[in-house]
Amino acid sequence: MIEVRGLRMRYGSVDVLKGVDFEARRGEVLALLGPNGAGKTTTIEILEGFRMRSAGEVRVLGVDPAQGDERWRARLGVVLQSWRDHGKWKVRELLDNLGRYYAPYSTPDRKRPWAVDDLIETVGLGGQAGKKISSLSGGQRRRMDVAIGIVGRPELLFLDEPTAGFDPQARREFHDLVHRLSDLEDTTILLTTHDLDEAEKLADRILILAGGAIIADGSADALSYRMSTNSEVKWRRDGQRFVHSAPEATRFVRELFEQYGEGVSDLEVRRASLEDAYMALVQQFESGQGGTAAREFKEVKR
Amino acid sequence: MNPTMTAVEAGLRRGGVELRGTFTNVQDLWNYVFMPAVILVVMVFVGGDPLPGTELSLGDVTIPGVLGMQVAVVGLVNLTTMRIIEREDGTLLRAKATPNGMLGYFVGKVVTVSGMALISLAIILVPSAFLFDGLQLTKPGAWLTLAWVLLLGLAATMPIGAILGSLFSEARAIGFIVPPMLGLIAASGIFYPITSAPVWLQWIAQAFPIYWLGLGMRSALLPDSMAVVEIGDSWRYLETVGVLGVWAVAGLILAPIVLRRMARRESGSTVDARREKAMQRGTW
Repeated sequence: MIEVRGLRMRYGSVDVLKGVDFEARRGEVLALLGPNGAGKTTTIEILEGFRMRSAGEVRVLGVDPAQGDERWRARLGVVLQSWRDHGKWKVRELLDNLGRYYAPYSTPDRKRPWAVDDLIETVGLGGQAGKKISSLSGGQRRRMDVAIGIVGRPELLFLDEPTAGFDPQARREFHDLVHRLSDLEDTTILLTTHDLDEAEKLADRILILAGGAIIADGSADALSYRMSTNSEVKWRRDGQRFVHSAPEATRFVRELFEQYGEGVSDLEVRRASLEDAYMALVQQFESGQGGTAAREFKEVKR
Repeated sequence: MNPTMTAVEAGLRRGGVELRGTFTNVQDLWNYVFMPAVILVVMVFVGGDPLPGTELSLGDVTIPGVLGMQVAVVGLVNLTTMRIIEREDGTLLRAKATPNGMLGYFVGKVVTVSGMALISLAIILVPSAFLFDGLQLTKPGAWLTLAWVLLLGLAATMPIGAILGSLFSEARAIGFIVPPMLGLIAASGIFYPITSAPVWLQWIAQAFPIYWLGLGMRSALLPDSMAVVEIGDSWRYLETVGVLGVWAVAGLILAPIVLRRMARRESGSTVDARREKAMQRGTW
């Protein structure tokens, strides 16, 4: 669905992307993580065909986004970071109008557009269908953006920080929606987020973008495992709490039991979370060879 | 149905929704009513008596010109401001993200602006029909003339509005566009006969569509005897069609070029804006 090889992007004298490589397969949910300014939005906008790249090979649904035609456009869904448009329109009105453009691109296995009332229910705006968009709350507005993004029943959906400003319940509902899109609609999804917990819950695969390149690519489990950062072991002995950070938790626990046997109780072992792995990766990267890139950025900034 | 026709149809609906929307908020209603109300009140109080040598009041001879001016204001100012605002708030990008969305967007804009022009004319014309009995609403061909002047006027002004709206990217720029436009209106013989203005000013006014819109509307609604006040003692239909036609053709050729360049550049400038913001936040 997406193939990116050697993608570079240069603004003036600053290289924001310096060789990004990754792929997305059909039906996959990919989360693109990275520090602010790492080029997540730039990457996603190049894939959406809104921005010309400086160099590299990019294929989205088999087409170079720079040459994507309207037929190609109809197979994509786009949710950008901030929309403030169409404030005077009513929710139902706008979805109905935008959906019409997709009707000629309907196929037997993908009926386009999504039936408006069903779509409104799906994103949880049932009570707001007749309301003006300008009167929606922040979370409702964001759900409206998602609804517009999927009104054409896209095969590939781009979500740029979709849950920024959501309360926990709205976030949970949104996660359900993403799962439904991926499971029932067979939609491939590429999302950017700052929320590691969200990435862990939603994504089949996580990409970490830092210093202009993908520095890690794998499932949340694989990433935590690869980093093999220390696990935290907690236990109680003689009425006292102990906490130990061990690189090899299994062996540590075995030794613990060999030494104290029945004396050990309330054992708790916590593997490094994705967040730990992410922090470790980015830190390692910034202090290592990647640090040069980060320093270059700062110099240009001055 | 093929994608192009679908987009045109969706665009027509879009125009309909937008036009309906202008009746549902105070700001738009105020814009419709404010200027016409001021002009009508002034004309009623100032222009009751017949002008010397005629049977027409000041209101009679001014209102047709005001109609012409309204067409120009809607075509130029409204379209310019709408384009700037909608580019800033993401409406245009939304159109870009939709298959054939740009086509639908522009069809919609033509419908909205034409509709707004019609409504603006009606808001002045209907009360005027009762207030100013010198208007020749039953003159043979009056409505036909009014119709073609309106159509040609919209065709001449809308592309300019679209181009101006593309050249300026910030809402603040509206402040720089409106004053020169008001100056041009003042110079275009809407509120007094242009023949009383200095000749150099007459030439400037005649280079732009506003004067010709006013002249065309006067020719539609005033008795032919009033042509003596105009340049060349004539309604100059040929010249009206000529000048408005040249503006329309030039605009329709230029507008797509400018709009396409704008659409391409837009992504670049949004990049800059974002990068600048990002740098200010010190997140690099």
